[in-house]
Amino acid sequence: MPTSTTDAPGAGASQRRPLGASSPRYGERIIKAFLALCAGLSVVVTIAIVISLVAPTIGFFQKVPITEFLFGTKWSPGFGEQSSYGVLPTVVATLDIVAVSLLVAVPIGLLSAFYLSEYAHPRVRRVVKPMLEVLGGIPTVAIGLFALMFLRPLAAKLLPFLGWDSIFSFGVAGVAVGLMVVPLVSSVSEDAMRSVPRGLREGAYALGASKMRVSVRVVFPAAISGIVAAIVLATSRAIGETMVVLIAAGATSQIVPPWDVTEPVQTMTAFIGSTATGDIATGTITYNTIFAVGTLLFVMTLSMNMLAMHLVRRFREVYE
Amino acid sequence: MVTNEKTPRTGRTRLAVAGARAGSVSVFGKSSPGERAGSVLFPAVLLLALTLALTGLASLLVWSFVKGYPRLDANLIFNAPSTLFPATAGFRPAILGTLYIIAGVIVLIVPLGVGAAIYLEEYANRERWYNRLIELNIQNLAGVPSIVFGILGLAFIVRGPLDLGFIAASASITLALLVLPTVILAAREAIRAVPPSIREGSLALGATQWQTLSRQVLPASTPGILTGVILAISRAIGEAAPLLMIGAVTFVMFDPSFFSGGYTALPVQIYNYAVRPQEEFRNLAAAGIIVMLAVLLLMNSFAVWLRNRYEQRW
Repeated sequence: MPTSTTDAPGAGASQRRPLGASSPRYGERIIKAFLALCAGLSVVVTIAIVISLVAPTIGFFQKVPITEFLFGTKWSPGFGEQSSYGVLPTVVATLDIVAVSLLVAVPIGLLSAFYLSEYAHPRVRRVVKPMLEVLGGIPTVAIGLFALMFLRPLAAKLLPFLGWDSIFSFGVAGVAVGLMVVPLVSSVSEDAMRSVPRGLREGAYALGASKMRVSVRVVFPAAISGIVAAIVLATSRAIGETMVVLIAAGATSQIVPPWDVTEPVQTMTAFIGSTATGDIATGTITYNTIFAVGTLLFVMTLSMNMLAMHLVRRFREVYE
Repeated sequence: MVTNEKTPRTGRTRLAVAGARAGSVSVFGKSSPGERAGSVLFPAVLLLALTLALTGLASLLVWSFVKGYPRLDANLIFNAPSTLFPATAGFRPAILGTLYIIAGVIVLIVPLGVGAAIYLEEYANRERWYNRLIELNIQNLAGVPSIVFGILGLAFIVRGPLDLGFIAASASITLALLVLPTVILAAREAIRAVPPSIREGSLALGATQWQTLSRQVLPASTPGILTGVILAISRAIGEAAPLLMIGAVTFVMFDPSFFSGGYTALPVQIYNYAVRPQEEFRNLAAAGIIVMLAVLLLMNSFAVWLRNRYEQRW
């Protein structure tokens, strides 16, 4: 630097300030620091989540060996000496819910996205998209009660041969969760489809391809990473869904294959939600169990979200 | 040509290949009757899928209205809950509790969310690792299940470092943290939509950066920010899972207060009625759902109206 016109302490560091600036503006700096604190809060929140999960989880694994937790097949915490802490039944139950919900949400969401992105008139789009958003914004308690009181009797009427012993069933809960995540699947995959450049479509049309061919053979492969991201996000949302499964899937801890849709199950989230109510004493094994399951849930959803973000970034990079 | 196999197939070439393949297949492949039927059936199937989704929405709305309509009266809003008399029980403490909690949420998310968004859009240097970390982190937080925020609330806010106890203020903080990413992302979109020329004009006239922000950028982006805040609030209103964990389950008969005593919230009270085996209580829960949905639909339509009314095209 050949010349320096500023002589105030600490003012020379900023390159943005014009050379003729007279006095350092402390107010501006304080404001910037405050805004940075607001943004930094999110990192604090994440750290707080990790800390609040880890400490009790360590306490839990001092009592229960990690192999019993991960590979044990019997889940009955909170029964004193008879307790057993195999988390598999709740994990399998969660995956059952995920399987059923994806079976509903992926075809409906994906096909709706095709329609909205490739076929729908702009006016139709403008009406239908907000309606789907409303569906996505309905409180999960409402969807849970809807599943229990409407979908469950409907399912028993439509498929009477399945043997509906319990009023709770993971099939019904899974369908409700699927309905809930349809808007997520359709909006994320529609974004991906719309970001496919027009030139690709036009090129295919110019070669005589039909509209269906363009959708299936050009738009679909071009948008595949966004579509996969949508499915991964939907999976993550279905894993973390609590109220619907708490109301409609029951609280029976058992390992059920995904085709026994009439069985009641208890998912990871339902376990946390039903056990953590009321005043449990800090430091007891029951208290720590909640956090151990919570940690597992957090790790599962976090890795799914990271994967989805990676995929979304990839399709953004390709076209923008 | 073995080495050619190794050249990196970027997204662009992959697309080009896909397009070319589709094109050539469509020209040189034969168009069977099956395919011609497909081009009629395909849009029909798409439309069917969309109709199914909307039918789900419609049947939920109709069902809750049919179930809850008989209990849609003044008692529903002004009476305290009861475990004995479903015919006259209501949601009064729950509605008040939700109002308190949401007031707290608004007070927290508006400054924090807008502040974070301004920092990330206007001040943050994207080359710095910590700014990228903050961005990545906010996106990740948006995907964390709400029940995990309940765990955070239980271990960090109700107990632990903050130690506030099972009060409505803890619920406000927990829900505010839960919806903060929504506000930040929406506010960032709104701030980004203000064209740089506005800022440059203001700076050229000698305004400082904060003067530019507070007098030009923020007023111009207020409708967008407000829309995001409303959407965040409507999410906070419907959220029940984290509240279950931080003490909102107690059957509250009295009017709650913000900083002391037991509290409950509308979705939690609905859940409480919903898990009772008697039909009457479930219908009561359905009536509560109507109240909640009415509030949410009103807020969402206001947000849409706001967006359309004040949307500025630069």
